[in-house]
Amino acid sequence: MNKVYNDAKSALDGLLFDGMTIMSGGFGLCGIPENLIVAVRDSGVKDITVISNNCGVDDFGMGLLLQTKQIKKMVSSYVGENEEFERQYLSGELELEFNPQGTLAERIRAGGAGIPAFFVRTGFGTLIAEGKETREFNGEMYVMESGLFADLAVVKAQKGDRWGNLHFNKTARNFNPMMATAAKYTVAEVEELVEIGGLQGDEIHTPSIFVDRLIKGPKYEKRIERRTTRPRT
Amino acid sequence: MPLSREQLAMRAAKELRDGYYVNLGIGIPTLVANYVPDGVEVVLQSENGMLGMGPFPFEGEEDADLINAGKQTITEIPGTAYFSSSDSFGMIRGGHINLAILGAMEVSEKGDIANWMIPRKLVKGMGGAMDLVAGVRRVVVVMAHTNKEGESKVLKQCTLPLTGKACIDLVITDLCVFEVERGVGLKLIELAEGVTVDEVKAKTEAAFTVSENLTTVAV
Repeated sequence: MNKVYNDAKSALDGLLFDGMTIMSGGFGLCGIPENLIVAVRDSGVKDITVISNNCGVDDFGMGLLLQTKQIKKMVSSYVGENEEFERQYLSGELELEFNPQGTLAERIRAGGAGIPAFFVRTGFGTLIAEGKETREFNGEMYVMESGLFADLAVVKAQKGDRWGNLHFNKTARNFNPMMATAAKYTVAEVEELVEIGGLQGDEIHTPSIFVDRLIKGPKYEKRIERRTTRPRT
Repeated sequence: MPLSREQLAMRAAKELRDGYYVNLGIGIPTLVANYVPDGVEVVLQSENGMLGMGPFPFEGEEDADLINAGKQTITEIPGTAYFSSSDSFGMIRGGHINLAILGAMEVSEKGDIANWMIPRKLVKGMGGAMDLVAGVRRVVVVMAHTNKEGESKVLKQCTLPLTGKACIDLVITDLCVFEVERGVGLKLIELAEGVTVDEVKAKTEAAFTVSENLTTVAV
Protein backbone atom coordinates (compact mmCIF):
# COMPACT_ATOMS: atom_id res chain seq x y z
CA MET A 1 0.00 0.00 0.00
CA ASN A 2 1.40 3.37 -1.04
CA LYS A 3 -0.87 6.40 -1.08
CA VAL A 4 1.95 8.87 -1.76
CA TYR A 5 1.73 10.92 -4.97
CA ASN A 6 4.52 12.96 -6.48
CA ASP A 7 2.84 16.31 -6.42
CA ALA A 8 -0.41 18.09 -5.64
CA LYS A 9 -1.61 18.05 -9.25
CA SER A 10 -1.35 14.30 -9.64
CA ALA A 11 -2.82 13.72 -6.15
CA LEU A 12 -5.98 15.55 -7.24
CA ASP A 13 -6.16 13.92 -10.68
CA GLY A 14 -9.65 12.56 -11.39
CA LEU A 15 -11.13 13.91 -8.14
CA LEU A 16 -12.19 17.39 -9.29
CA PHE A 17 -15.36 18.38 -11.13
CA ASP A 18 -17.42 21.56 -11.56
CA GLY A 19 -20.12 22.07 -8.92
CA MET A 20 -18.37 19.87 -6.36
CA THR A 21 -18.15 20.36 -2.59
CA ILE A 22 -14.66 20.65 -1.06
CA MET A 23 -13.77 20.73 2.63
CA SER A 24 -10.54 22.54 3.38
CA GLY A 25 -8.78 22.23 6.74
CA GLY A 26 -7.28 24.99 8.84
CA PHE A 27 -8.26 27.81 11.18
CA GLY A 28 -7.40 31.23 9.80
CA LEU A 29 -4.14 30.60 7.95
CA CYS A 30 -3.03 28.02 10.55
CA GLY A 31 -2.89 24.43 9.29
CA ILE A 32 -4.24 25.11 5.81
CA PRO A 33 -3.34 22.78 2.91
CA GLU A 34 -1.54 25.55 1.07
CA ASN A 35 -0.09 23.41 -1.75
CA LEU A 36 -3.33 21.55 -2.49
CA ILE A 37 -5.31 24.83 -2.57
CA VAL A 38 -2.95 26.17 -5.26
CA ALA A 39 -3.41 22.94 -7.25
CA VAL A 40 -7.22 23.21 -6.99
CA ARG A 41 -6.95 26.76 -8.29
CA ASP A 42 -4.66 25.77 -11.15
CA SER A 43 -7.05 22.97 -12.20
CA GLY A 44 -9.66 25.60 -13.10
CA VAL A 45 -12.50 23.62 -11.45
CA LYS A 46 -15.41 26.00 -10.82
CA ASP A 47 -18.77 26.51 -9.04
CA ILE A 48 -17.26 24.95 -5.92
CA THR A 49 -18.99 24.88 -2.55
CA VAL A 50 -16.21 25.30 -0.01
CA ILE A 51 -16.66 24.17 3.59
CA SER A 52 -13.92 25.85 5.60
CA ASN A 53 -13.97 27.73 8.89
CA ASN A 54 -12.49 30.82 7.21
CA CYS A 55 -11.74 31.95 3.68
CA GLY A 56 -8.04 32.80 3.84
CA VAL A 57 -6.81 36.29 2.99
CA ASP A 58 -6.86 38.07 -0.37
CA ASP A 59 -3.65 36.54 -1.70
CA PHE A 60 -3.20 33.34 0.34
CA GLY A 61 -5.14 30.21 1.20
CA MET A 62 -8.76 29.98 0.05
CA GLY A 63 -8.59 33.66 -0.94
CA LEU A 64 -6.76 32.46 -4.09
CA LEU A 65 -9.90 30.63 -5.28
CA LEU A 66 -11.98 33.73 -4.66
CA GLN A 67 -9.73 35.83 -6.87
CA THR A 68 -10.32 33.41 -9.75
CA LYS A 69 -14.09 33.23 -8.95
CA GLN A 70 -14.04 29.44 -8.67
CA ILE A 71 -16.14 29.47 -5.48
CA LYS A 72 -19.94 29.52 -5.73
CA LYS A 73 -20.69 29.15 -2.03
CA MET A 74 -18.84 29.29 1.28
CA VAL A 75 -19.88 27.45 4.45
CA SER A 76 -17.89 29.12 7.24
CA SER A 77 -18.06 30.55 10.75
CA TYR A 78 -15.99 33.70 10.23
CA VAL A 79 -14.76 35.26 7.02
CA GLY A 80 -12.55 37.98 8.50
CA GLU A 81 -10.75 40.66 6.64
CA ASN A 82 -10.94 39.67 3.00
CA GLU A 83 -11.73 42.48 0.55
CA GLU A 84 -12.43 40.26 -2.45
CA PHE A 85 -14.79 38.16 -0.36
CA GLU A 86 -16.64 41.29 0.73
CA ARG A 87 -16.93 42.55 -2.84
CA GLN A 88 -18.24 39.25 -4.27
CA TYR A 89 -20.65 38.75 -1.38
CA LEU A 90 -22.13 42.26 -1.56
CA SER A 91 -22.53 42.01 -5.36
CA GLY A 92 -24.37 38.70 -4.99
CA GLU A 93 -21.76 36.65 -6.88
CA LEU A 94 -20.96 34.53 -3.83
CA GLU A 95 -23.34 32.63 -1.56
CA LEU A 96 -22.52 32.41 2.11
CA GLU A 97 -23.80 30.16 4.89
CA PHE A 98 -22.64 31.02 8.40
CA ASN A 99 -22.47 28.26 10.98
CA PRO A 100 -21.44 28.70 14.61
CA GLN A 101 -17.88 27.40 14.78
CA GLY A 102 -18.68 24.50 17.10
CA THR A 103 -21.74 23.57 15.10
CA LEU A 104 -19.62 23.56 11.93
CA ALA A 105 -17.01 21.33 13.61
CA GLU A 106 -19.69 18.94 14.87
CA ARG A 107 -21.54 18.83 11.53
CA ILE A 108 -18.29 17.68 9.91
CA ARG A 109 -17.54 15.18 12.68
CA ALA A 110 -21.09 13.82 12.44
CA GLY A 111 -20.93 13.56 8.64
CA GLY A 112 -17.77 11.49 8.89
CA ALA A 113 -19.21 9.29 11.63
CA GLY A 114 -22.42 8.37 9.77
CA ILE A 115 -24.66 10.63 11.86
CA PRO A 116 -27.14 12.49 9.61
CA ALA A 117 -28.39 14.96 12.24
CA PHE A 118 -28.07 15.94 15.89
CA PHE A 119 -29.39 18.53 18.37
CA VAL A 120 -27.46 21.41 19.99
CA ARG A 121 -28.45 24.30 22.26
CA THR A 122 -26.24 26.62 20.21
CA GLY A 123 -28.21 29.26 18.31
CA PHE A 124 -31.63 28.55 19.79
CA GLY A 125 -33.69 31.74 19.61
CA THR A 126 -31.32 33.32 17.05
CA LEU A 127 -31.29 33.74 13.24
CA ILE A 128 -29.31 30.50 12.96
CA ALA A 129 -32.29 28.45 14.17
CA GLU A 130 -34.74 29.90 11.65
CA GLY A 131 -36.31 27.17 9.51
CA LYS A 132 -34.69 24.41 11.57
CA GLU A 133 -36.48 21.82 13.68
CA THR A 134 -36.30 22.52 17.42
CA ARG A 135 -37.06 20.12 20.24
CA GLU A 136 -37.13 20.11 24.02
CA PHE A 137 -34.90 17.72 25.96
CA ASN A 138 -34.91 17.76 29.78
CA GLY A 139 -36.62 21.14 29.84
CA GLU A 140 -34.17 22.88 27.47
CA MET A 141 -34.64 23.80 23.82
CA TYR A 142 -32.32 22.44 21.13
CA VAL A 143 -31.86 23.04 17.40
CA MET A 144 -31.43 20.22 14.89
CA GLU A 145 -28.31 20.44 12.73
CA SER A 146 -27.30 18.11 9.90
CA GLY A 147 -24.07 16.23 9.23
CA LEU A 148 -21.84 17.42 6.39
CA PHE A 149 -20.14 15.19 3.83
CA ALA A 150 -18.08 16.49 0.91
CA ASP A 151 -16.86 15.18 -2.43
CA LEU A 152 -13.30 15.96 -1.43
CA ALA A 153 -11.43 16.97 1.71
CA VAL A 154 -8.00 18.59 1.52
CA VAL A 155 -6.13 18.61 4.82
CA LYS A 156 -2.67 19.47 6.10
CA ALA A 157 -0.62 17.63 8.71
CA GLN A 158 2.90 17.99 10.04
CA LYS A 159 3.88 14.35 9.48
CA GLY A 160 2.47 11.43 7.56
CA ASP A 161 3.48 7.96 6.34
CA ARG A 162 2.77 6.15 3.04
CA TRP A 163 -0.34 4.48 4.51
CA GLY A 164 -1.77 7.94 5.23
CA ASN A 165 -1.43 8.04 9.02
CA LEU A 166 -1.26 11.69 10.08
CA HIS A 167 0.18 13.68 12.97
CA PHE A 168 -0.73 17.36 13.45
CA ASN A 169 1.25 20.09 15.19
CA LYS A 170 -0.17 22.24 18.01
CA THR A 171 -3.19 24.39 17.01
CA ALA A 172 -2.67 23.51 13.33
CA ARG A 173 -4.82 20.44 14.09
CA ASN A 174 -8.13 22.41 14.32
CA PHE A 175 -10.59 21.24 11.61
CA ASN A 176 -8.20 18.88 9.80
CA PRO A 177 -8.95 15.58 11.62
CA MET A 178 -12.73 15.83 11.25
CA MET A 179 -12.55 16.89 7.61
CA ALA A 180 -10.32 13.91 6.83
CA THR A 181 -13.22 11.65 7.87
CA ALA A 182 -16.04 13.48 6.09
CA ALA A 183 -15.47 13.24 2.33
CA LYS A 184 -15.60 10.64 -0.44
CA TYR A 185 -11.91 11.28 -1.03
CA THR A 186 -9.39 12.78 1.37
CA VAL A 187 -6.10 14.13 0.11
CA ALA A 188 -3.53 15.15 2.71
CA GLU A 189 -0.35 17.17 2.44
CA VAL A 190 2.43 16.87 5.01
CA GLU A 191 5.57 18.77 5.84
CA GLU A 192 7.46 15.58 6.54
CA LEU A 193 6.97 12.11 5.09
CA VAL A 194 8.15 9.40 7.50
CA GLU A 195 8.67 5.65 7.14
CA ILE A 196 5.96 3.25 8.27
CA GLY A 197 6.60 2.97 12.00
CA GLY A 198 8.08 6.46 12.08
CA LEU A 199 4.92 7.59 13.82
CA GLN A 200 4.20 5.75 17.07
CA GLY A 201 0.63 4.45 17.29
CA ASP A 202 -0.15 6.92 20.06
CA GLU A 203 1.14 9.84 17.98
CA ILE A 204 -1.29 9.20 15.14
CA HIS A 205 -4.17 11.69 15.26
CA THR A 206 -5.79 10.62 11.97
CA PRO A 207 -5.56 6.88 11.26
CA SER A 208 -4.70 6.00 7.66
CA ILE A 209 -8.17 4.56 6.90
CA PHE A 210 -9.44 8.13 6.40
CA VAL A 211 -6.75 9.21 3.93
CA ASP A 212 -6.82 8.21 0.25
CA ARG A 213 -3.82 10.08 -1.13
CA LEU A 214 -1.03 12.20 0.24
CA ILE A 215 1.89 14.34 -0.83
CA LYS A 216 4.87 15.90 0.80
CA GLY A 217 4.39 19.64 0.22
CA PRO A 218 7.34 21.04 -1.79
CA LYS A 219 7.40 24.20 0.33
CA TYR A 220 5.52 25.85 3.16
CA GLU A 221 5.07 29.57 3.58
CA LYS A 222 2.98 29.13 6.79
CA ARG A 223 2.01 32.76 6.80
CA ILE A 224 1.05 34.38 10.13
CA GLU A 225 -2.15 36.44 10.07
CA ARG A 226 -1.70 38.41 13.32
CA ARG A 227 1.85 38.43 14.52
CA THR A 228 1.57 39.41 18.18
CA THR A 229 4.53 39.60 20.53
CA ARG A 230 5.46 40.84 23.99
CA PRO A 231 8.49 42.97 24.82
CA ARG A 232 11.58 41.34 26.29
CA THR A 233 12.00 42.81 29.76
CA MET B 1 -15.74 57.88 37.57
CA PRO B 2 -16.41 55.29 34.87
CA LEU B 3 -14.08 52.30 35.05
CA SER B 4 -11.15 52.20 32.61
CA ARG B 5 -10.48 49.19 30.36
CA GLU B 6 -7.93 47.91 32.86
CA GLN B 7 -10.33 48.38 35.79
CA LEU B 8 -13.04 46.48 33.90
CA ALA B 9 -10.58 43.63 33.38
CA MET B 10 -9.57 43.76 37.07
CA ARG B 11 -13.20 43.51 38.18
CA ALA B 12 -13.86 40.64 35.77
CA ALA B 13 -10.77 38.84 37.10
CA LYS B 14 -12.46 38.66 40.51
CA GLU B 15 -14.84 36.10 38.95
CA LEU B 16 -11.94 33.65 38.52
CA ARG B 17 -11.68 30.77 40.99
CA ASP B 18 -8.84 28.36 41.60
CA GLY B 19 -9.17 25.37 39.27
CA TYR B 20 -11.38 27.08 36.71
CA TYR B 21 -11.16 26.39 32.98
CA VAL B 22 -11.83 29.76 31.36
CA ASN B 23 -12.46 31.13 27.88
CA LEU B 24 -11.65 34.82 27.35
CA GLY B 25 -13.09 36.73 24.40
CA ILE B 26 -11.33 39.29 22.25
CA GLY B 27 -10.69 42.87 23.53
CA ILE B 28 -11.02 43.77 27.23
CA PRO B 29 -11.68 40.11 28.20
CA THR B 30 -8.18 39.22 26.92
CA LEU B 31 -6.73 41.67 29.48
CA VAL B 32 -8.29 39.65 32.33
CA ALA B 33 -5.35 37.23 32.00
CA ASN B 34 -3.12 40.03 33.40
CA TYR B 35 -5.08 40.22 36.68
CA VAL B 36 -5.45 36.63 37.87
CA PRO B 37 -5.63 36.92 41.68
CA ASP B 38 -2.79 35.53 43.81
CA GLY B 39 -3.30 31.92 44.80
CA VAL B 40 -5.71 31.29 41.92
CA GLU B 41 -4.62 28.92 39.17
CA VAL B 42 -6.79 28.91 36.05
CA VAL B 43 -6.40 27.18 32.68
CA LEU B 44 -7.22 29.32 29.63
CA GLN B 45 -8.94 27.71 26.68
CA SER B 46 -8.57 28.80 23.08
CA GLU B 47 -11.50 27.38 21.17
CA ASN B 48 -9.55 26.54 18.03
CA GLY B 49 -8.11 23.66 20.07
CA MET B 50 -5.94 24.36 23.11
CA LEU B 51 -6.03 24.34 26.91
CA GLY B 52 -3.25 26.09 28.78
CA MET B 53 -2.65 29.23 26.76
CA GLY B 54 0.54 31.09 27.56
CA PRO B 55 1.47 34.74 26.92
CA PHE B 56 2.33 36.26 23.53
CA PRO B 57 5.75 35.11 22.27
CA PHE B 58 8.90 37.21 22.26
CA GLU B 59 9.70 38.73 18.88
CA GLY B 60 11.42 36.16 16.69
CA GLU B 61 9.83 33.22 18.55
CA GLU B 62 6.43 33.28 16.82
CA ASP B 63 5.12 29.89 15.66
CA ALA B 64 2.65 29.83 12.73
CA ASP B 65 1.22 26.57 14.13
CA LEU B 66 0.42 28.16 17.51
CA ILE B 67 -2.33 30.79 17.47
CA ASN B 68 -5.32 31.72 19.61
CA ALA B 69 -8.96 32.10 18.57
CA GLY B 70 -8.22 35.72 17.56
CA LYS B 71 -5.50 34.34 15.22
CA GLN B 72 -2.76 36.01 17.29
CA THR B 73 0.50 34.18 17.87
CA ILE B 74 0.74 32.78 21.41
CA THR B 75 2.87 30.36 23.42
CA GLU B 76 2.37 27.09 25.27
CA ILE B 77 3.08 26.51 28.95
CA PRO B 78 3.89 23.34 30.92
CA GLY B 79 0.61 21.42 30.98
CA THR B 80 -0.71 22.71 27.64
CA ALA B 81 -2.97 20.29 25.74
CA TYR B 82 -3.92 20.42 22.05
CA PHE B 83 -7.00 18.88 20.44
CA SER B 84 -9.29 19.22 17.44
CA SER B 85 -11.92 21.93 17.09
CA SER B 86 -14.69 19.32 17.54
CA ASP B 87 -13.20 18.17 20.86
CA SER B 88 -12.80 21.83 21.79
CA PHE B 89 -16.42 22.71 21.17
CA GLY B 90 -17.44 19.43 22.77
CA MET B 91 -15.91 20.74 26.01
CA ILE B 92 -17.71 24.06 25.51
CA ARG B 93 -21.11 22.62 24.57
CA GLY B 94 -20.80 19.88 27.17
CA GLY B 95 -20.60 22.42 30.00
CA HIS B 96 -17.00 21.61 30.96
CA ILE B 97 -15.74 25.20 30.73
CA ASN B 98 -16.45 26.93 34.05
CA LEU B 99 -16.45 30.52 32.90
CA ALA B 100 -16.50 32.63 29.73
CA ILE B 101 -15.76 36.37 29.83
CA LEU B 102 -16.98 38.06 26.65
CA GLY B 103 -17.64 41.48 25.16
CA ALA B 104 -21.08 42.53 23.92
CA MET B 105 -22.74 45.17 21.76
CA GLU B 106 -26.05 44.83 23.65
CA VAL B 107 -27.53 42.80 26.51
CA SER B 108 -31.13 42.54 27.67
CA GLU B 109 -32.75 42.41 31.09
CA LYS B 110 -33.62 38.73 30.48
CA GLY B 111 -29.98 37.85 29.91
CA ASP B 112 -29.96 37.85 26.10
CA ILE B 113 -26.75 38.90 24.38
CA ALA B 114 -26.01 40.37 20.93
CA ASN B 115 -22.39 40.59 19.85
CA TRP B 116 -21.97 39.21 16.32
CA MET B 117 -23.90 41.12 13.71
CA ILE B 118 -25.09 44.61 12.78
CA PRO B 119 -27.73 44.44 10.02
CA ARG B 120 -26.85 46.28 6.81
CA LYS B 121 -23.19 46.30 7.78
CA LEU B 122 -20.87 43.61 6.48
CA VAL B 123 -21.22 40.46 8.55
CA LYS B 124 -17.95 38.73 9.32
CA GLY B 125 -19.53 35.76 11.09
CA MET B 126 -20.15 34.59 14.64
CA GLY B 127 -17.08 32.35 15.01
CA GLY B 128 -17.41 30.53 18.33
CA ALA B 129 -19.51 33.16 20.14
CA MET B 130 -22.86 31.35 19.85
CA ASP B 131 -21.38 28.05 21.03
CA LEU B 132 -19.72 29.75 24.02
CA VAL B 133 -22.82 31.56 25.30
CA ALA B 134 -24.94 28.42 24.83
CA GLY B 135 -22.53 25.99 26.42
CA VAL B 136 -20.39 27.61 29.11
CA ARG B 137 -21.73 27.26 32.65
CA ARG B 138 -21.23 30.88 33.69
CA VAL B 139 -21.08 33.74 31.18
CA VAL B 140 -19.76 37.14 32.27
CA VAL B 141 -20.13 40.13 29.95
CA VAL B 142 -17.77 43.12 30.03
CA MET B 143 -19.02 46.12 28.07
CA ALA B 144 -19.49 49.88 27.83
CA HIS B 145 -22.73 50.94 29.52
CA THR B 146 -23.70 53.30 26.70
CA ASN B 147 -22.83 53.79 23.04
CA LYS B 148 -21.06 56.82 21.57
CA GLU B 149 -24.37 58.72 21.48
CA GLY B 150 -24.83 58.05 25.20
CA GLU B 151 -27.69 55.57 24.62
CA SER B 152 -28.08 52.54 26.89
CA LYS B 153 -26.65 49.22 25.71
CA VAL B 154 -28.39 47.45 28.61
CA LEU B 155 -31.86 47.12 27.13
CA LYS B 156 -35.33 45.73 27.72
CA GLN B 157 -34.84 43.78 24.49
CA CYS B 158 -31.81 43.64 22.22
CA THR B 159 -32.29 45.44 18.91
CA LEU B 160 -29.45 43.56 17.16
CA PRO B 161 -29.67 39.89 16.10
CA LEU B 162 -29.03 37.71 19.15
CA THR B 163 -25.98 35.58 19.81
CA GLY B 164 -27.89 33.76 22.54
CA LYS B 165 -31.09 33.96 24.57
CA ALA B 166 -31.24 34.07 28.39
CA CYS B 167 -27.65 32.88 28.66
CA ILE B 168 -25.62 35.45 30.62
CA ASP B 169 -25.06 35.64 34.39
CA LEU B 170 -23.21 38.86 35.14
CA VAL B 171 -22.80 42.20 33.33
CA ILE B 172 -19.84 44.41 34.21
CA THR B 173 -20.04 47.88 32.67
CA ASP B 174 -17.92 50.98 33.17
CA LEU B 175 -20.62 52.27 35.56
CA CYS B 176 -21.81 49.26 37.53
CA VAL B 177 -22.28 45.50 37.88
CA PHE B 178 -25.58 43.69 37.33
CA GLU B 179 -26.34 40.16 38.42
CA VAL B 180 -28.62 38.41 35.91
CA GLU B 181 -31.23 35.85 36.78
CA ARG B 182 -31.50 34.19 33.37
CA GLY B 183 -34.92 34.79 31.81
CA VAL B 184 -36.04 36.87 34.82
CA GLY B 185 -34.21 40.14 35.40
CA LEU B 186 -31.29 42.28 36.53
CA LYS B 187 -30.13 43.23 40.00
CA LEU B 188 -27.70 46.11 40.53
CA ILE B 189 -25.06 44.81 42.93
CA GLU B 190 -22.09 47.20 42.57
CA LEU B 191 -21.49 50.81 41.52
CA ALA B 192 -18.25 52.26 40.20
CA GLU B 193 -16.78 54.76 42.64
CA GLY B 194 -18.59 58.10 42.39
CA VAL B 195 -21.49 56.70 40.34
CA THR B 196 -25.00 56.90 41.83
CA VAL B 197 -28.07 54.67 41.46
CA ASP B 198 -29.86 57.63 39.85
CA GLU B 199 -27.12 57.97 37.24
CA VAL B 200 -27.36 54.25 36.41
CA LYS B 201 -31.17 54.55 36.20
CA ALA B 202 -30.87 57.50 33.83
CA LYS B 203 -28.44 55.63 31.57
CA THR B 204 -30.14 52.21 31.58
CA GLU B 205 -33.14 51.31 29.45
CA ALA B 206 -33.59 47.90 31.11
CA ALA B 207 -35.51 47.53 34.36
CA PHE B 208 -33.47 46.41 37.36
CA THR B 209 -33.76 45.98 41.09
CA VAL B 210 -31.18 47.33 43.52
CA SER B 211 -29.45 44.94 45.90
CA GLU B 212 -29.82 45.56 49.62
CA ASN B 213 -26.08 44.98 49.83
CA LEU B 214 -25.07 47.42 47.11
CA THR B 215 -21.30 47.96 47.21
CA THR B 216 -18.62 49.90 45.37
CA VAL B 217 -16.71 48.07 42.62
CA ALA B 218 -13.42 47.05 44.19
CA VAL B 219 -10.55 47.48 41.70
